[in-house]
Amino acid sequence: MLDQAIIEQFRSLLGQGNVLTSKVNLATYSYDATADVPRGTPDVIVMPTTTEQVQSVVNLARKNGIAIYPRGAGTNLSGGTIPVERGIVLSLQKMDKILEVDAENLTATVQPGVVIQDLNNAAAPHGLMYPPDPGTVTTATMGGSVAENSGGLRGLKYGVTKHYVMGMEVVLANGDRVRFGGKTVKNVTAYDFSNLFVGSEGTLGIIVEITCKLLPSPKFRRAMLATYKTVKDAGNTVAGIIKAQVIPATLEIMDNMTIRTVEEFAHVGLPTDAEAVLLIEVDGMAEEVVLREAEAVVKVVGENNGEMRVANSDEERDKVWAARRAALPALASLNNTVVLEDATVPRSHITNMLLALSEIGRKYHLVMGTFGHAGDGNLHPTILADKNDADEMSRVHKAVDEIFATALEFGGTLSGEHGIGMAKMKYLGNEIGDTGLNLMRTMKNALDPTHMLNPGKLIPAPAEEVEHATR
Amino acid sequence: MQPDEQSASGQGIYDELKAIQKELDKCMHCGFCMAVCPIYATEKTEASVARGKVGVAEAVMEGKLALDDPEVIDMLFNCLVCKSCMQNCPTKVNFDRIMLSLRAAIVRKNGLPWLKKAIFSTLKHPALFDRGMKAGALLSGLAFRDAGQQAIAPRSPFAIMGKRAGFDENRLLPALAKEPLRDRLPDVVSNSKPKTKAAFFTGCSMNYFYPDTGMDLISVLRENNVEVSIPKDQGCCGIPVFVHGDVETIRVLAKRNLDAMDRTCADHLITSCGSCGGAWQHEYQEIFKDDPVYGPKAEYWSKRTYDISTFLVDVIKYRPPLGKVDAVVTYHDSCHLKKTMKVSSEPREILKHIPGVTFKEMSKPDACCGSGGSYVLTHFETSTAVAKRKVDDARRTGATTVTTGCPACMMQLSDNVNRFGKGQQIRHYISVLAESYRNEKQSL
Repeated sequence: MLDQAIIEQFRSLLGQGNVLTSKVNLATYSYDATADVPRGTPDVIVMPTTTEQVQSVVNLARKNGIAIYPRGAGTNLSGGTIPVERGIVLSLQKMDKILEVDAENLTATVQPGVVIQDLNNAAAPHGLMYPPDPGTVTTATMGGSVAENSGGLRGLKYGVTKHYVMGMEVVLANGDRVRFGGKTVKNVTAYDFSNLFVGSEGTLGIIVEITCKLLPSPKFRRAMLATYKTVKDAGNTVAGIIKAQVIPATLEIMDNMTIRTVEEFAHVGLPTDAEAVLLIEVDGMAEEVVLREAEAVVKVVGENNGEMRVANSDEERDKVWAARRAALPALASLNNTVVLEDATVPRSHITNMLLALSEIGRKYHLVMGTFGHAGDGNLHPTILADKNDADEMSRVHKAVDEIFATALEFGGTLSGEHGIGMAKMKYLGNEIGDTGLNLMRTMKNALDPTHMLNPGKLIPAPAEEVEHATR
Repeated sequence: MQPDEQSASGQGIYDELKAIQKELDKCMHCGFCMAVCPIYATEKTEASVARGKVGVAEAVMEGKLALDDPEVIDMLFNCLVCKSCMQNCPTKVNFDRIMLSLRAAIVRKNGLPWLKKAIFSTLKHPALFDRGMKAGALLSGLAFRDAGQQAIAPRSPFAIMGKRAGFDENRLLPALAKEPLRDRLPDVVSNSKPKTKAAFFTGCSMNYFYPDTGMDLISVLRENNVEVSIPKDQGCCGIPVFVHGDVETIRVLAKRNLDAMDRTCADHLITSCGSCGGAWQHEYQEIFKDDPVYGPKAEYWSKRTYDISTFLVDVIKYRPPLGKVDAVVTYHDSCHLKKTMKVSSEPREILKHIPGVTFKEMSKPDACCGSGGSYVLTHFETSTAVAKRKVDDARRTGATTVTTGCPACMMQLSDNVNRFGKGQQIRHYISVLAESYRNEKQSL
C-alpha cells in the first residue's frame, strides 16, 4: 500500500475528486477489455486535468519509486493497462478537450482523453474524418489508440493510427514535457519521435496532446457480400482484387464457424452453408470511379467461384456491416471466455493461414471462429472457452502458442493491431530476436531508467526471455 | 423482442443472487456501455459505468468484496437504471437484472434502511398514502411558492437550508394536486357507442402531480370513443420500490393492481408513464414467474398493456385531430418508454400530425434526462449535469415546447429548463393532442 502522505499529496495537487482510493474504485481499475490475463489492483487512481498535473504526478511517483500505468478508456485487448505491480493508474479521461479542428490544414489537435468518435463528430461538419476506426471507435480515447497504434476495418486503404499522427506533446519519466512534429505535411526535423511514441504502449512517456491528420470523407461507397464454397476461393479473391488494382476501403472475411454463429445470433441472412464470406466496400469521391471499382470486384469474385450480393440501399449496406459487427459478440456469446488474437500475415498467405488456423482448432479440440481484415492479412482467430475448465484453458494456451508460431513461419507478425502488452510479451523474442529485445531495452533504459512507466508490459525482463526459450 | 432476451430470464433472479452469474458471464468487458452511460459521461470513472459495476459484482460473487460494504452499496445506487447500456451491449447483457438483483440481495441481507422502510411501507397502505399526499398538497404553501407550470419552488429559509441537496430557490418541484386525478374521475368514463373498453393505470405521478395531463388523456380517449375504467383501488406500480431492492413491497402492490384491473373486464390497459407501463409489460411477469395465481394474471395483462401512443396509433387507429396548435415542438424519449416498452415512433407520429405543430428532432433524443426517479434526490449534482446536456440539446432545436411521455421526465425537465433552458413549456405529448382536439371545437 502507498503511504497515506503520498495520497494526500496527490489530493492537494489534483483536487479531492480526481484521486480515487476506495475499494470499489481500486477493483474497477484492475482489468481492461482483455480476457484470460491476470488482474492487478492499483494503490490509487489519479485523474489529472492539466499537463502540469501529469508532470507533478510523474515527479512525485519518481521520487517515491512508484509505478505509473497510463490509461485511456481501458478498451485494449493486450492487457496493456492492467496495474500488475500495484502503483498508480493515471487515467487521462478527464483531459478530454478537442483543442482545434483546422480545416485549412486538415489537422486536429486534441487532448488524450478525447473519444475517437467525438473527434469524427467535430470533423464531420467540415466534410472531414479521422480515418482510423478500431471496433471501439465510440469508446476508445485518442491517447489510448495512439499509444496502442490501433488499426481497424479501413486499414487496407486508409492505413492505421500511425499514418495520421503528425505531432504530439509528451511528459517524460524525468518530468519534462516535450513537443515535436506539428501541422506541416513535411517535417524531417530531429528524430521522428511521433513514430516512436505511437505504439509505445505507455512505456516511454505519457502522451498529453496529439496533432493528427484529417481526410475529406468519401462521398460515395458500395458494399458487397461474396459467399464461397471453399476458403481457398475466398483467399484467391482477396489476392485477385488487389491484383486488379482495386484497393477497397474494407475487405473482411468470416469463416464458416463465424458465419453460423453470427446468423444464429443476429439473423442477418448469412448463408450458413458457405465456407467463407467476404464483406467488401469500395469508396471514393467520384461515383463513376466507385462504380467501376465495384464492377472490377464483382468480376474477380465471379472468376473465383464466389456468389455476389451488392447492397443497393443504405439498409442493405447496414445489414452487411451489422453482420461483421456481430462477429465478435456472437462468438463471445458461446462461452464465458473470449480469447481474441490478431496474428497477421502477408496477405498472399491469407488462405494458408486460414487453413492452418482451422487445423489448430481441430487439433486442440477447441471452439474457434476466425474473422478479420483479410485485405491486410490481419486475422482474428477467436477461441471460446470456459475459464473454469483448467484442461480446456491449457489447450487454449497451446493453441495460441501455435497460432503465433504459424504466423511467424509465414513471415507475419504477432500483432497487427492489438499490441503486445502483457498478453503477447513472452513471444516477442521469437519475432525480433535477442538483438531486437536489446534495442528495446536500450531505448527503455534511456527514456525510463527506473522502469516506472507501465512496468511488466511490452518489454520482457531478461528472466522471462530465458523461460520463453524453454517453451 | 430479441430471442436472446426471452431465454435469458433468470430463474428467481430477484430471490437468489447466484442466478445472476449467467448474466455476468455474458459480459466481455468491451466497455461499449461507456459510449451511452449518462453517469459515466458526467463522472468519467470506471465505477460509474456498467462494465465497472459488473466488475464489482464479479468481485462480490468471488467473495473479494462484501455485498453490504457501504462503498459497494453506494456504487450500486449510483445508477439511473435507464437501460441505455443495454441498448449498446453487443453481447446483450441484461444489466438491469444484475443491478436490481444485487439491490434486492442487499435488502434481503440487511433489510431496508429505516427511512426507505418508513416511506415504502406507506405505499402498502393506500389510504394512508393518499391522505399523506393530500395533506402535503395543503401544507406545501408553507415551504414553497407557486412557480407556474404546475410547479413550486422552495421559499427562502428552506431554499437556503436545502442548497446542498439541490433544494435551492431555483429548484422547481411539481406541485402536489389538491384534488388528485382519480378523485376527479368516476370509476368508468362511459361512452354511448364505445369502440373498445380500456382501463387506465394512472400511476402516482399523473394522479398526484399531473392530474390535468391525466384529464387530457381521458379527453383524447373520449374523442376516440373509448370507454375508460379508472379503478379507484389501483395504486403505485411498485417500480420506485423495486429499484431500491424492495421485492416484497412491489409484490404486494402488483397483486393489488392486477386484482383491480381484473375487475374492470377491460380489453386493454393504458399507461402514460414508461416505468408503469414497463412494470405491466415485463416486471410483473418476472416477479411472479413461479406464482401459480399471479403469474398467469401478469402474463395476461402484459400482452394487453400499451402506452397511450401505441394504443392510439396501432390499436384503435385514432382520429387525426384538426385543431391548430401553433408550437415548435421537440420530443424527449423517456428511457423506460423507449428502452423498456420500445415506444419511440408513435409519439412522434402523433405530434407530427397535429396541425400547426412544427416538429424538430433534438440530437440524442433518447439520452437520459438524469431523473432516474429518486436518483435526482440522492445524486442531485450528477443528475443535474446529465439534465443540462439534455436541456442544451433541446434548446438547440429552437423548440418552445419540450414534450415527453413520462411524468418523471416532465418533473426533471421542468426543473432544468428553468435552470439551463429558456423556460420552455414541458408537456406530455398527449396534452398537445388533447389541445388540438379542443381547438377544433372552438374553430367550429
